[in-house]
Amino acid sequence: MKYSESARIIKQERLASDVFSLWIEGRIAEEARPGQFIAVYTKDPSRLLPRPISICETEGRRLRIVYRIAGEGTRQLSGLREGDTVEVTGPLGNGFPAEVKGPVLLIGGGIGIPPMLFTAKSRNDNIIVLGYRDPELFLLRELSEYGRVHIAVERPQECGREGSEYIEGLLKEGIIESFTKGNVLDAIRENGLSAGSAFACGPAPMLRAVKEYCGVNGIEAWVSLEERMACGIGACLACVCGSRDIDPHSGVRNKRICAEGPVFKAEEVII
Amino acid sequence: MKERKLSVDIAGVTLKNPVMTASGTFGSGMEYSELMDINKLGAVVTKGVSLLPWEGNGTPRVAETSSGMLNAIGLQNPGIDTFIERDLEFLYKTIDKTDIPTRIIVNVCGKTEEEYVEVVRRLADTDADLLEINVSCPNVKEGAIAFGQDPGALSRITEKIKRAARQPIIMKLSPNVTNIALMARVCEEAGADAVSLINTITGMKIDIEKRRFVLSNKTGGLSGPAIKPVAVRMVYECAGAVRIPVIGMGGIASGEDAIEFMMAGARAVAVGMMNFRDHLITEKTVVSMIQYMERHDIRDINEITGCVR
Repeated sequence: MKYSESARIIKQERLASDVFSLWIEGRIAEEARPGQFIAVYTKDPSRLLPRPISICETEGRRLRIVYRIAGEGTRQLSGLREGDTVEVTGPLGNGFPAEVKGPVLLIGGGIGIPPMLFTAKSRNDNIIVLGYRDPELFLLRELSEYGRVHIAVERPQECGREGSEYIEGLLKEGIIESFTKGNVLDAIRENGLSAGSAFACGPAPMLRAVKEYCGVNGIEAWVSLEERMACGIGACLACVCGSRDIDPHSGVRNKRICAEGPVFKAEEVII
Repeated sequence: MKERKLSVDIAGVTLKNPVMTASGTFGSGMEYSELMDINKLGAVVTKGVSLLPWEGNGTPRVAETSSGMLNAIGLQNPGIDTFIERDLEFLYKTIDKTDIPTRIIVNVCGKTEEEYVEVVRRLADTDADLLEINVSCPNVKEGAIAFGQDPGALSRITEKIKRAARQPIIMKLSPNVTNIALMARVCEEAGADAVSLINTITGMKIDIEKRRFVLSNKTGGLSGPAIKPVAVRMVYECAGAVRIPVIGMGGIASGEDAIEFMMAGARAVAVGMMNFRDHLITEKTVVSMIQYMERHDIRDINEITGCVR
């Protein structure tokens, strides 16, 4: 069941220079599953399309999104405060498969990290690999409560000496198992990480690399894709991705990210 | 409370109210029916359907613009066979069989005259009440808009489709022409039962950081409240040029907007892009039209059609 509602804001806080955490209250939370997303609408009548944002976690009737300011719409969203309302529709799409058993590599890159918290909380035996572009390690401590965490940072030097001490501290404290300078694939290779399955969310180049690596190494991979959306519910056919086979709904070789996705078996889609 | 008449007549087909969906913004209603009641609508206009499945354009297919959006979906559709089996079947099962049921209007597209004619023939034995002929999509390379921008081609295709169609035909006009009223007249003379307008206005958006077009198709069709004044003007011009019904659309976001289109000469209206912003917008449009009628004590909605001259 999907709901369109005016959700009350419980809490808004900044997690990194351009990353915000927003808790809202409403019916969507009760039905949301890891890997699903919500459509968030701005109050600005000149910006009419939804911002599709993945669900970071839920608690009862409360739902949390963690998002990056990508433009004026998300900047306005970051200005909303406790007690304000925001128009949302959800939960949308299909999440990561709940039936997968055994250890899973949960791979999150950049603003693809938030849905991994919801996913990690829903299962045991998580090997969590997080890729950050700089040492603003948002959601790291929260994720470390639900599995062994390995991090990759592309530009660790950005915070200088203090930053390396900080990372040393995280290793000593046991918050992270390893630190790699580079991307999530570098971290996976450097630490010889493996599992029967992998769930990934992040930028397209990362997902392409994960798909290739998992294919070669016999790991069953699921990826969460992103595309510009309009209706968010599968009617307008804006947010499609190429598919290996003819899709039964579309009748052609593409699938709707908002309806059949956003999570797909990696081998079935063209990234 | 006084009885208010909301029903309107399009080519002998009665709509319970003048509000329909604009093709391409509503699929066949399947997805929306989870969130709203399609039986509240005058008609559902389905997404364009062609003879064979079409893959559509690459992504990104949409871009947000000020009070509107650009789209270049490229008429992706599963082809007429799947459409009849699945989409029309869904509408048949979902629409209440009342005195005036929500009408089914099937939007037809094609690359050649023959393809349009074949799709129209296949629809003859279905529950489609009316056919809307898309000769104005700006996002496909062959067919579509090529027929809608040339009076000779428009006249020929209208005549051929009219001969083949069992249902009345509505020609959907492009705003990307010099004189849209002339196009409406061409359709009327060639036998069209109604015209609908406007389709989207061709536009472009460039990402200046990446020095790239935002849409993979480079150009796309502009829709949403940004185009409403253009659409109202064109509806006014066409309504003054033809006797057949004019169906108005382009940026409708409220009952008040719908009333404005009717005053400009529209017999019925369609809500398009705003379905994306608010999945309940069509239902809300009907409700606020009734409120307007009550405020101004209008007995019959047809009274306002073309009342501003």
